[in-house]
Amino acid sequence: MHASASTAVPSAERTAEAARNAKDTRDDRIFGWVLKGCALIVLLALVGAAGSTLWLGSDAFRTFGFGFLTSATWDPSNDQYGALVPVMGTVGTAFIALLFAVPVSFGIALFLTEIAPQWLRGPVSSAIELLAGIPSIIYGMWGLFIFAPFVAEHIKPWLMNNFSADPPDGKVSFLVQHVPGIGKFFSSEYPFFGAGVFTAGLVLAVMIIPFISSVMREVFQTVPTRLKESAYALGSSTWEVVWDIVVPYTRTAVIGGIFLGLGRALGETMAVAFVLGNTFKFSLSFLETGSSIASTIANQFGEAQGLQRSALMALAFLLFVVTFIVLLIARLMLRRLKTREGK
Amino acid sequence: MGAAQATDITGAGSSFVYPVLSKWSATYAESTGNKLNYQSVGSGAGIAQIKEGTIDFGASDAPMSGEDLTKFGLGQFPVVVGGIVPIVNLQGVAAGQLKLDGKVLADIYLGKIARWSDPAIAALNPGVKIPDVKVTVVHRSDGSGTSFNFTNYLSKVSPEWASKVKFGTAVEWPAGVGGKGNEGVSQYVRQIPGSIGYVEYAYAKKNSIAYTQLQNATGAYVQPTAETFAAAAATADWKSAKDFNVIMTNAPGANAWPITATTWVIMYKKAKNASHTKVAFDFFKWSLEKGQSQAASLDYVALPDTLVKQIEAYWGSDFK
Repeated sequence: MHASASTAVPSAERTAEAARNAKDTRDDRIFGWVLKGCALIVLLALVGAAGSTLWLGSDAFRTFGFGFLTSATWDPSNDQYGALVPVMGTVGTAFIALLFAVPVSFGIALFLTEIAPQWLRGPVSSAIELLAGIPSIIYGMWGLFIFAPFVAEHIKPWLMNNFSADPPDGKVSFLVQHVPGIGKFFSSEYPFFGAGVFTAGLVLAVMIIPFISSVMREVFQTVPTRLKESAYALGSSTWEVVWDIVVPYTRTAVIGGIFLGLGRALGETMAVAFVLGNTFKFSLSFLETGSSIASTIANQFGEAQGLQRSALMALAFLLFVVTFIVLLIARLMLRRLKTREGK
Repeated sequence: MGAAQATDITGAGSSFVYPVLSKWSATYAESTGNKLNYQSVGSGAGIAQIKEGTIDFGASDAPMSGEDLTKFGLGQFPVVVGGIVPIVNLQGVAAGQLKLDGKVLADIYLGKIARWSDPAIAALNPGVKIPDVKVTVVHRSDGSGTSFNFTNYLSKVSPEWASKVKFGTAVEWPAGVGGKGNEGVSQYVRQIPGSIGYVEYAYAKKNSIAYTQLQNATGAYVQPTAETFAAAAATADWKSAKDFNVIMTNAPGANAWPITATTWVIMYKKAKNASHTKVAFDFFKWSLEKGQSQAASLDYVALPDTLVKQIEAYWGSDFK
């Protein structure tokens, strides 16, 4: 069969086709390798950065061992370092940032894709993109000079009066008397001072809203119109369409967008350094001052030498670890959501 | 010297000295064409870079130890003097009105004095009406020469501070909150009634923040001014120190401001790059001899003449 088929085709044509096929295969292979290389660069860069911080921080890890993670001491003049307060500050500020940014971004994105009149979409979208372009130091200075004093004057006293066991007005609220432990999360040594974990979280929320909302807006637009129209035709309200059609259809991408914002919140440096209060005292309270990994590094790296420098590098490595763990939890959550849908 | 032969020299380090260095270099470049490229990256980074030999000079707010200088073949000399002042936010208390001594200041920063009505403060300030509010301590959150000199002073006047907290560009502060940079500290102090912080004098003066008087080593109360900074620079024990390794805090002069600081310039004793080093020395010679008025306009104090002579002698004897 083969032989007869091949004799039917003139040999010149045959070799040309074979050469073309070989070239195609080769080109495809090269293209594949190039793409693989591009993808690997990311991995290499990440492993390289994590590896070099681990290497440079190894002195601190060796000196303090596991205690580096559990100690709340940060004492450069006695060369004693622990990462507990910065790690908690990083996670705490990012948590507060998400708490405020996710619902607001969700609202913005839905408004823009489902409800806003056409003429309003352009200006609001550009405003959000502008918000994303502002450098973090500007947010930091805005936080320091305007927002922190505002929090100190209007928000913090109210929160403390209602939720703290040690309110500035001296009257412990009904809520605090009946919910044990809540006072711990809302206490503060400085009731009339705005900087702290809560304020930093809010500033971060403003910073990450543009990231999350623009991703959400993009993916909400990918929901096929006929799906939504079918639902409307069946008598759904806008809310039902959003909740039962748009959100399930885009869930993975929405969570991806949230994580883009979370990544920025975890690693934000200058803005946080200005409004966090930069103290190394262990506290569970959101209204207390604290420090974050990134702000600690930014604050102390320029003057640090020896073991202090190594401890800062070790902190940098921990930031990789914290980010990795947070991402891992998100993946697991996503998987659980999917399996539940499967049932 | 024409522009064609101009040599650009590079330096890095202390941010404290940056404003005056850039002013000096601008004026110097006008007359010689030689430009200075100074990176204000922090004293620690300045020391690291001069050790690696990537710059012509480093600048640090803390002197290098004699041991390190010998090991790397480096020498150092002071270039300009400035003051660090406690600032307070107390209703009805004006700038320069409140008196503090070293022990009280240390106890405040140790967290032992928690209210402004404390008898120790009242005893120093008869007749001054101080509001009875909580003391909130503000310190620098970033590693800095300002913190180095401030904590060095507290170590000299308080044994408890010296044993517990010690001194350095960053320490474990027993109390209070940390602001980033001079602007962070002064902004926190403005925001918190009853707070106390410390900043460079130029910063407090420019922003009209209420600073305090301090008791100096001789027991006299002094105001932070150019004269009291100069008095500290003149009475510090430069003569017996090798490589000018003297931290000027708590200087013994009758009129000396107790938290006076300087910045050291660090260079190779045996030049790595002869032509650059020559220009650098020429620049510093010009700054020390002719740069006083520019320093004064930025609220720094020029070094006293005797000290300048000593530095020039040191150049002659120690540098090749």
